[in-house]
Amino acid sequence: MNLTLHIWRQKNSTDKGGFKAYEVSNISPDMSFLEMIDVLNEELTHKGEDPVHFDHDCREGICGTCSMVINGRPHGPKQAITTCQLHMRSFNDGDDITIEPWRAKAFPVVKDLIVDRSAFDRIIQAGGYVSINTGGAPDANEIPIPKRIADEAMDAAACIGCGACVAACKNASAMLFTSAKISQLALLPQGNTERHSRVEKMIWQMEEEGFGACTNTGACEAECPKEISLVHIARVHREYMAAKVSSHNV
Amino acid sequence: MALDSKIPAGPLAEKWTKHKFNIKLVNPANKRKYDVIVVGTGLAGASAAASLAELGYNVKSFCYQDSPRRAHSIAAQGGINAAKNYPNDGDSIFRLFYDTIKGGDYRSREANVYRLAEVSNNIIDQCVAQGVPFAREYGGLLDNRSFGGAQVSRTFYARGQTGQQLLLGAYSALSRQIAKGKVELFPRTEMLDVVIIEGKARGIVVRDLVTGKISSHSAHAVLLATGGYGNVFYLSTNAMGANATAAWRAHKKGAYFANPCFTQIHPTCIPVSGDHQSKLTLMSESLRNDGRIWVPKKAMPGLTAKEAVSIPEEERDYYLERRYPAFGNLVPRDVASRNAKMVCDEGRGVGATGQAVFLDFADAIKRLGEDVIRDKYGNLFDMYRQIQGDNPYEVPMMIYPAVHYTMGGLWVDYNLMTTIDGLYALGECNFSDHGANRLGASALMQGLADGYFVIPYTIGDYLAGMAYDKVPTDHEAFRQAEDEVKEKINKLLRVNGDKTVDEFHKELGKVMWDYVGMARNEEGLKIAKEKIREIRESFWQNVKVLGDNEEMNLSLEKAGRVADFLELAELMVDDARDRKESCGGHFREESQTEEGEAKRIDDQYSYVAAWKYQGEGREEALEKETLEFENVKLTQRSYK
Ligand SMILES: Cc1cc2nc3c(=O)[nH]c(=O)nc-3n(C[C@H](O)[C@H](O)[C@H](O)COP(=O)(O)OP(=O)(O)OC[C@H]3O[C@@H](n4cnc5c(N)ncnc54)[C@H](O)[C@@H]3O)c2cc1C
Ligand code: FES
Repeated sequence: MNLTLHIWRQKNSTDKGGFKAYEVSNISPDMSFLEMIDVLNEELTHKGEDPVHFDHDCREGICGTCSMVINGRPHGPKQAITTCQLHMRSFNDGDDITIEPWRAKAFPVVKDLIVDRSAFDRIIQAGGYVSINTGGAPDANEIPIPKRIADEAMDAAACIGCGACVAACKNASAMLFTSAKISQLALLPQGNTERHSRVEKMIWQMEEEGFGACTNTGACEAECPKEISLVHIARVHREYMAAKVSSHNV
Repeated sequence: MALDSKIPAGPLAEKWTKHKFNIKLVNPANKRKYDVIVVGTGLAGASAAASLAELGYNVKSFCYQDSPRRAHSIAAQGGINAAKNYPNDGDSIFRLFYDTIKGGDYRSREANVYRLAEVSNNIIDQCVAQGVPFAREYGGLLDNRSFGGAQVSRTFYARGQTGQQLLLGAYSALSRQIAKGKVELFPRTEMLDVVIIEGKARGIVVRDLVTGKISSHSAHAVLLATGGYGNVFYLSTNAMGANATAAWRAHKKGAYFANPCFTQIHPTCIPVSGDHQSKLTLMSESLRNDGRIWVPKKAMPGLTAKEAVSIPEEERDYYLERRYPAFGNLVPRDVASRNAKMVCDEGRGVGATGQAVFLDFADAIKRLGEDVIRDKYGNLFDMYRQIQGDNPYEVPMMIYPAVHYTMGGLWVDYNLMTTIDGLYALGECNFSDHGANRLGASALMQGLADGYFVIPYTIGDYLAGMAYDKVPTDHEAFRQAEDEVKEKINKLLRVNGDKTVDEFHKELGKVMWDYVGMARNEEGLKIAKEKIREIRESFWQNVKVLGDNEEMNLSLEKAGRVADFLELAELMVDDARDRKESCGGHFREESQTEEGEAKRIDDQYSYVAAWKYQGEGREEALEKETLEFENVKLTQRSYK
């Protein structure tokens, strides 16, 4: 197939940036979306033009590195996959495709389609852990956890931290990402001791990073490649209220 | 230098305990006087950095990704082994040890492997305490499964995302130490050299991948946990950025490289679909529990999965079941891979390229029902459909082997120290525990064993003998290393040729796959050596790297990595030529049994091949560490 790509080009964080159009031809439907961009980049390099910079690593939907808004949708037109799992058979010959970076104040553009997501790391650093040191853990089977609870914790833990939820949200809220971690640890007995301080610290950090407020539009859930559920946001609202009532943190 | 593996004396089961007692300790109050650099934030690096910081050391942690959580460990699917024996099916530390030694085809150290099995149980305890949501049974206890042909169920898992959950556990421990100010994190930072002062590793030179700035970091010890080098083959199941640069540059500074030719080729991956292919996707090994592998008895070029459905039973060759009645489709990875290659070489491969075999679930679906299969493998089937466009509930999958893991790596002693004092290697980056073939679910175990439970002890022994003084980064040795790094970068930018970095990488990958892949022979290896040299020469004359150093520049990053692969590749060939026996993943066609199985030659090759760099353009020198087996009897593996 032959396609016209409109790609956001921005030299660095201070450059204004803008769209540039590129034609690509002979694209096989078996290619992945990123392989299609590889083809473009090889052509650009041969022509002496700077290749399009984009983030990617595992190319199998688990590392959370790839991050493109394709035709206005984070990770493109298909449900429940990342950009690297998108294949060209989802497009038609002659299509125009617009490709942009995640757009959010808390995710400044580094170059072209690459953004800085270190705000997510700082949210985890604020409390996304169980405070235990290496060594001295009790036998793993000492604390039985009902399968239903373990499964639900796993649903939340499946978050890959890509940031599509933020990119999808009109307020650029990081609530789905933040709740996924809080919810996982709130569900498990291991996380119980610190549950109140954790929710307060992580929510505080989230706001501090400049993410917007959550107004429950559900756009995050719809675009999440791992289908993380809004249920976790609801749980975090309850956790937060409980924490406010019972603790003196933050 | 004679290689000293520092294996403690005494009975196997007591070595580690005794060693922990005998090695020196650093007083708790003095730990904060030592700085430790940890390069890599995968399972090995993140667990090490967090544990060392908890002990009180000042840690600096580096990775090339934008976040430590994205290290390649995240992609591991199947699970992690431990000798818990929760299912009461006869597992023990000794059995895990024995299986790992045997699975590695008797090319690893008994003492290291025993220690690995010994600490495996602590790993599971630690991860559960962190909140890793392992799969559980209805009674609330942890679930185990059998994996990769093991005779006991010792694999712990978290759906098909075990690596992700373990890494997020280690990342959370790391994050906690970052918040406490005990770990300083440097993401999007690539280590380009190690700095040695008076024979000791005292720091590293790095490039900031956003600004291009070259700078130095000084410390009392340096840990490399930088992963494997499978991407030397261009196509592999590794992440796109996985590379050998850190290990290779350390090697050029004096760290010996061990068993570089030991690579693992995984039998169940999605086949190559065309020249545009950028990486290969693993389909979990667990599929072989229910899928049956076959090709047509007579060559049928271009046979598609849809057409396969109507091929009658008597025209199918379930070649693994036929050749290995005892193990069938569950033979070890190397055996399964080699057999797939054999049938494809005979012209019986299927699909458009002829480089694929069928993995068929029709029987399992008939026997168990589609729902049961969906329950077990639903996400894998969806993934397959997404990539291939075929529905595996209706037609067989097509699979082919792909490069997956590298058993070789930096030589380390029992303390995980390389041949450079104060330079350690952990995880896939070292050569230590898997011999010539790694068993499924044991890489995660090894990475976490090294990081959580080995290095926190062994590093103390070294640091206790070090003065507290810090070397300033304006020391001449740092300056010189920075200049060398800069010169190498400038050289890459100056060439301004007409071929892209990827074009060279693909060319190298093809040579490696054709001659240093699943089967190797003297003549092919000679050709490979010549070809690699030609590609390397051409690279330095014709590579086209655009832009400058002082910016984010992905082609420059990649160029540096490919330049290193081009050197490492030749050493892999040398190593494969030296080892004229077949063992594990290393199959020398000259050394096979009458039935075409791998034949070890124990009286000549029971050694670790450790290679010493001798300078630009010179052949490397081989030193041998003889392997002693006191607790297991060497047998020829048989899966008939
Ligand atoms: C698809 C797949 C599935 C797998 N499944 C399993 C499984 O089920 N069970 C199992 O046991 N094993 C499995 N493995 C193997 C296992 O995942 C790896 O061997 C293991 O995770 C390696 O961990 P590591 O910590 O050594 O390195 P990695 O996780 O590869 O981490 C390397 C780190 O080093 C950093 N780095 C590298 N070079 C540099 C540099 N020059 N400068 C700075 N930083 C650098 C990277 O940024 C990264 O943080 C699988 C592997 C693959 C590819
Ligand atoms: S590149 Fe890893 S999720 Fe897309």
